[in-house]
Amino acid sequence: MAEREYDIVIAGGGPAGLAAGLYAARGRYRTVLLEKGVVGGQISLTELVENYPGVPSVNGFDLAQTMLKQAESHGMETAYVQATALERAGPAWRVRTNEDGFLAKAVILTSGAEYNKLGVPGEERLTGRGVSYCATCDAAFFKGQEVAVIGGGDSALDEGLFTTRFADKVTVIHRRAELRASRILQERAFANAKMQFVWNTVVTEIVGDDQVSTLRLRNVVSGEESELPVAGVFVFIGQHPNTEFLKGMLKMDAGGHVLVDDWMATKLSGLFAAGDVRQNSARQVATSVGDGVTAAIAADHYISDNFPD
Amino acid sequence: MSKPADVTDSEWEKEVLNSTAPVLVDFWAPWCGPCRMVAPIVEELADEYAGKVRFFKLNTDDNMETTSKYGIRSIPTLIVFKGGQIVDQIIGFRPKSDLKRSLEKALA
Repeated sequence: MAEREYDIVIAGGGPAGLAAGLYAARGRYRTVLLEKGVVGGQISLTELVENYPGVPSVNGFDLAQTMLKQAESHGMETAYVQATALERAGPAWRVRTNEDGFLAKAVILTSGAEYNKLGVPGEERLTGRGVSYCATCDAAFFKGQEVAVIGGGDSALDEGLFTTRFADKVTVIHRRAELRASRILQERAFANAKMQFVWNTVVTEIVGDDQVSTLRLRNVVSGEESELPVAGVFVFIGQHPNTEFLKGMLKMDAGGHVLVDDWMATKLSGLFAAGDVRQNSARQVATSVGDGVTAAIAADHYISDNFPD
Repeated sequence: MSKPADVTDSEWEKEVLNSTAPVLVDFWAPWCGPCRMVAPIVEELADEYAGKVRFFKLNTDDNMETTSKYGIRSIPTLIVFKGGQIVDQIIGFRPKSDLKRSLEKALA
């Protein structure tokens, strides 16, 4: 595997990484963005972004593509690889990936977050065969059918409400007796005749041969077990930062978020973190973009101070 | 460039199931963001495997019969056929190297 040299390596192609890439490349740094899947990260799966100032309404995928083109027009390169390890290489950093290695004076971690899985039998085998983590992607395939939504937060209700456009019945299954979602979404969900609620209940197994057919459920209060026939199950039980590959190297909180200062700098010199991956992120496109810009400016200062030409 | 051609419900049997060469079908829809990431990779593969594998794309909005026949519940889904039988099914965005492995399986 080859080793490629840059000034700044950005690990993760969501809004934080794309914004950092724009500033770094425009600052005339040799910059590469590493992305393991789809540029845009979580927003590429969002039907409409309506809260990014200056842009009244835009498809998430289109917004990400625009950000990518803008950064590339200033010289940012993009590599479709997955970061697997990070290590010191003298005064620089080395990012190992499933393909080439990347050397850089500064690294900005923007690896984002992804949805939690239930961790029950049948879930992995039936993913894409009725198990989904994205209603806006997959709900259209459940026209006239009955589905379940797991979770009680904003995502669960938002995506559940979206799913009622297609499905005949959407059963929200929540492990507590009340929802955590915002008032406005609760009002909408309770008013929707297609939505039903099952409280104090967890999924113990997802059953089906080639397709999801049934959920096995357990009431956490009474211990009673039951079954619910459904064609699909949409899982929205929170998310976790993609920091597995950094374990043991960096200070993180209990949830695996990277600790940074006001300049998105970690305790390790030349290493920055921005967006959903850091502690206390507001997890919005606009705040992630701000984080990414801050990190790129901090990286600029760091390189100027520590790597005189 | 040999771009993948559109295939519909009515042409399915003739173009896909009765094909003597292996076939890759890209199930997609205009509203699906990740599908638009997969499309250029499928186009590159169509070039690299020209003459060996036939490439089609099927719009799931317009071709409900085939979509439900194959139990498509998520897109992008790519299915590789050989002699009308499914050799491999790839759900969601995957790197090109993974897709190549599926095609090699069909050609083996």
